[in-house]
This record gives sequence, C-alpha cells and structure tokens, in this order.
Amino acid sequence: MARALINVPAKAKRGEVVAIKTLISHVMESGFRYSNTGQLIPRNIITWFQCTYNGEEIFSAELHAAMAANPFITFHTVATESGKLEFTWTGDNGFSATESATITVE
Amino acid sequence: MNQYGTTRRDVLKAAGILAAGAGTATIRAVPADATPAAMQAAIRRVIGEASVKPGKVSLEIPPLVENGNTVPCAVTVESPMTAKDYVKAVHIFNEKNPQPNVISMHLGPRAGRANVSTRIRLSDTQTVVAIAELSDGSFWSASTNVIITLGACLED
Amino acid sequence: MIWRALLLLGAVLAGAASSAFGAEIPSGERRSAYDLMSRETKAMQDDDTANPGTFSVLDGEALWSAKAGTADKACADCHGDARASMKGVAARYPAFDPAHRRPLDLEQRINVCRTEQQKAPALAHESKELLALTAYVARQSRGIPISIAADRMVEFLDAGRSLFYRRQGQLNLACSQCHDDNWGKSLAGNAIPQGHPTGYPLYRLEWQTLGSLQRRLRNCMTGMRAEPYAYGAPENVALELYLMWRARGLAMETPAVRP
Repeated sequence: MARALINVPAKAKRGEVVAIKTLISHVMESGFRYSNTGQLIPRNIITWFQCTYNGEEIFSAELHAAMAANPFITFHTVATESGKLEFTWTGDNGFSATESATITVE
Repeated sequence: MNQYGTTRRDVLKAAGILAAGAGTATIRAVPADATPAAMQAAIRRVIGEASVKPGKVSLEIPPLVENGNTVPCAVTVESPMTAKDYVKAVHIFNEKNPQPNVISMHLGPRAGRANVSTRIRLSDTQTVVAIAELSDGSFWSASTNVIITLGACLED
Repeated sequence: MIWRALLLLGAVLAGAASSAFGAEIPSGERRSAYDLMSRETKAMQDDDTANPGTFSVLDGEALWSAKAGTADKACADCHGDARASMKGVAARYPAFDPAHRRPLDLEQRINVCRTEQQKAPALAHESKELLALTAYVARQSRGIPISIAADRMVEFLDAGRSLFYRRQGQLNLACSQCHDDNWGKSLAGNAIPQGHPTGYPLYRLEWQTLGSLQRRLRNCMTGMRAEPYAYGAPENVALELYLMWRARGLAMETPAVRP
C-alpha cells in the first residue's frame, strides 16, 4: 500500500539549495470530531517527522492535530554530497513509516 | 446557527458528553476551544519567556480559503542561513482551533534557505501566527487573519 | 443549517430564470471547476507528489496486477498494461453494456469483471479498493477529452437530463438552477462550478479523502435537502451519464483535487 511520496531532484550541483517535498498518507484524525452517534472519535495523528541526509538530521518537526490530513511538508537543504535522504514519520497507535530517496551531487 | 441559538457543533458536543456520561465509567473531558489567551500560553510553553518581535518572518496563507480542512501555509524567514546565523525553528500557532499548536519545525544551517510550507486545518476564521527562533536566541513573528467559510453543501 | 439553506435559495432566486428544460452550457463556455480554484489548490492537483489522490492511483496499480477470486486472475491477465489498454476508457464512461442492456459506470464495470471474470466478490461502493482501481483506470485517461457515444443510450440520457432539470427536495431546487444558471457566482464563500465530472474519483478537501462521483452527487442532494439515491441506483447512473455527456469535449483530470 503506497504510503509516502517524496519529491527531491535526482541530481544537483554541490552547494545548490534544493527543495524537498514530502507527502504521507494519513487520516490525521484530530480527536475533536464526533461520529454521527455522538461518540468522540479518538485522536490518531502523526506526531513527528524527520529527514536525515547521509545520517545527519537536516529537518524535523512535531506535528499537532491542526495539521491537515495526508501531511504535506516542504523544506530545503544544501546539496553537499551524493547520498541518501531518509524520511521517518511516527505517531499515535504505534504508527511508523519510512521512505528514502537518493541524490547525486556533482 | 439554528432557531434555538445553538450551532450544530454545540449540539453534537453536548450529545457526546451526555453519551459518555450515561453508560460508561469515565467521562472524557473535552477541551474548550482555544482562545487568544490559550494561544499565548502555548507560545510561552514552546519558546519560554523570550520576547518576540514582529518582523523577518513572512507567513503566506490565502486570505479566503476554499476549505478549512486544507489550508496551504508557507513561512519564509530572512536569514543568511550560515553556520553562525541561521533559523533554528519555525513554530505555527492558531487562535481558535480546539488546540493552539499546529507544527514546530526544526531547521539548521544545512537548510540553505529558511522556507517551509505545509497544509493546516483551521476550524474558523482566525489569526494564525508564525514564530521563528534564530541562532542568536532572538524570536521573530508574523501573523495573518484567515477567513474560513463552511462549504455550502455539507454531506450530512 | 437553516441560514445556509436560505442563502442558497436567495442566491438562486435572485439570479435565475428557472426553466424546466433550459439550454445547456454552449461548448465554447464549458469550463472545468479547475479554473475556479486557487493557485495553491491547482498546484496540489497538478503535482503528483503533492496530490493525495496519487496514493489511490498507486494502490490501484498494485491491485491491477494482483490475482483475485476463485479464477485466480488479475486485471492484467486479460487487459495487460493498463497504460495502453485503459487509455481513453474512463473518458467514454458510463458506457452501454449489451449484456445488461443498460449503461454501466466505471465502478459497475469493474465489479462486473470482478464477479464474472475473476469470480471474486464485488468491491463495496466507496471502498478503498474500488476507489483505487477506478482511480487507476481513470488516470489513464488524463488529458483525453470526454466523449460519450449516445447511441443505444438515448432513453438513459433523457432520464439523466430530466433528473438534472427536475426541482426536488425541501428547497425545491433543480441541479440546473445552480450549475446551468448560476455557475461562477458565489454561494456562501464557494464558487459554484458548472458541475462537470472531469476529475473523478477525486480528492475532495471537504472529505479529506478520495471519493467517487456518486458520493459527490449524493452529497449535493443532501445539501439540497433532497433524499439522495442509493449507490448504484439507476438514477445515479443516469445522472452520471448525462453529466458526462454534458461535459463532452472537456479533458479528464483524474485524480482531481476539489474544495
């Protein structure tokens, strides 16, 4: 089942600032909604997101219920060297997802 | 607002509390809607007692959004993003959702550019605040008022 | 709830010369609701990696190759590569099915294959799997102009057209009063679209998930304070058929994003 989509340029020049776009499939149930029978629907959200570049953190975030469903977060990084970008999301009910992308820096 | 002066949301909330109390052992406390004071308290909890100055931060949200469930939100902070002078974090808060925090993003000199964007949920017309924390310990902010309309044709 | 209904009524009465069988929008003026969206929402639709509908398309791609049912067959076993075999299909659906002697929409057609060819249980309406397969098939028609062949379907088109122009529900409103007579104007802060189903199944911001055209039609009817037709009901299929015919010439956009 498709979980996350990453948009990062495959190639970049050394020192160039690149944009990284991330999208993850998640309902982000806020915990403030009621069902048709008046029951409070329990919170179920992603609470943390991290991106590492060859093992070093370049971006992280704490997410709260006010984040829209299917969280979309974009940020930037300096293309320093070729390697691997790893993305991790964790949240309520033991939710955990990872994705990775490679970048070639010349 | 119906003829009884209640909104649909109030009616459902009351129903939820009653349902919780009627048959079950615990009554779940439902937090009150956030207020400007609650937002200030949340800001203090995140950034401590430092003073926040308006400036350096640009918060882009469309003034009239199509749907409060998905509000595009972009924050740019003026900063050279060098190892000595960079943006450490960007925090977004809201005034009227049930909960005042939206997201806290941690950047660093490796970011190259202090420009982030995301999609947030806003329950009502309200003010959204973005606060940037710089490497020199200073805090800067920007705020925008956003108008949220309910869709004309709801599903239930 | 009541104020919203009154606003709707007021807007319509103020603007409309309501006619039982009014003129449809001339082809030169036909526009997708995409044109009414904000820059950010358009960007959300255009960028596959920013469009949550992409998840459904990817799930559908996986389902396409998955064996199912007692016949142990995958869609791919008969239809091969969907990018070739399904190209243009969604742009001409609902289509007449000789075996059933009536038009079937894409969801029904997929379920006919599931039950009769794969010998698997039909997929439930609005289920993740049915939405994924429909999204995947319809995605193969992106950019292709809608073109419905009217032969053998005239009585169904007429039925759909009657439904479109018929006043109904507590507000005594017809679809045409908003979507033919008042498109482009605002209703409670939202722009009224012409109502062309160019991008279904689509990610609706209101739903925060992907949904079908029938879900949207039922949504509309509830909003009009009329009793919605059941999923798969002939009225829904007739209305889908008429709407697709009314949208002829416009390009498919699946999976679209809409407020």
